[in-house]
Amino acid sequence: MHEMSVAQNLLEKITDEAIKQNAKPVAAKISCGKLNTVNDEVLCFAFEAISKDTLCRDVKLEIEHKPLQAKCKVCNQIFDVDFSKPQCQKCESEDFGLLPDAPLILEEIEFQMEKNHENNKN
Amino acid sequence: MKIIKIEKKILSENQKCSIENKSLLAERKKLCLNMISSPGSGKTTILVRTINELKDRIKIGVIEGDVQTDIDAERIRTTEAPVVLINTEGACHLSAVQIKKALKKLPIDDLDIVLIENVGNLVCPSAFELGEAGKIVVLSVAEGDDKPAKYPAIFAKSKALLINKTDLLGHVDFDMERAKADARRLNKTIEIFPVSAKTGEGLADWYDWLRKTLEQTKTRP
Repeated sequence: MHEMSVAQNLLEKITDEAIKQNAKPVAAKISCGKLNTVNDEVLCFAFEAISKDTLCRDVKLEIEHKPLQAKCKVCNQIFDVDFSKPQCQKCESEDFGLLPDAPLILEEIEFQMEKNHENNKN
Repeated sequence: MKIIKIEKKILSENQKCSIENKSLLAERKKLCLNMISSPGSGKTTILVRTINELKDRIKIGVIEGDVQTDIDAERIRTTEAPVVLINTEGACHLSAVQIKKALKKLPIDDLDIVLIENVGNLVCPSAFELGEAGKIVVLSVAEGDDKPAKYPAIFAKSKALLINKTDLLGHVDFDMERAKADARRLNKTIEIFPVSAKTGEGLADWYDWLRKTLEQTKTRP
């Protein structure tokens, strides 16, 4: 359940930005690699639980899982690793080196503009 | 609606702290390894035996991670090796900040190796860098030969795999070759040591690897 640590960290980062923007956050996009072992459902549940009484309570999380890539040592092809059948997609060699896994990243936050802001614009 | 690009690493605080730990250890030429496994695979038994059998030549200190209790730390204390206990109070992994504090309590300058015994869990600890030079994954034959295939992250990230409790091989269905092949599928360079911490079988190769890795740490410019 390390998703709780991830959720805690996310909540801090989104709250900081919300204060800076003086706006209400409603969605956040996250990306992570295959080896980060983040389970979407658990992360969303954890985030919901800890954000309940905060200004981030309406934030919906969107999680993008980036494939783990490897480089073939025979033909140098860079390919996405299929965990059930890890081999080069071009020459089918099993001799490859893993490339660094994508880190956990908070990509963007969507904010709802306050009513009077929108009115001012119009 | 307004969308703000953030593009910041989550857990960046842990990452930053793990880099600080790593450089503190590297400057002093200390080898630090992070041991990860399921509960009951025999990490503590391996540690106790390793410390006792190498203690004339190699000084090992231990950071012991446990959800509750000091049962494991007490077992390590019987070896007279310095040990710092971290009770995570329910958390499923150790974090770099905890290691930073623990390192301050260890007599680092008197040690050659710092071994971190992580909380028993094959999933979560693999996502948290602590500042170690490498991860050691321990799997016992009683857990089944399918674990490297089912938990690829930890096997992909580890420098060495200890397959423990080989004394039980006649009693459980464990295909050693399958486990090895699955572990190597994502990690060609992983060193694999089938061992029995109970009988001592296979431990000599693990000790050789530890000595060799320590030597490399000490001679690195």
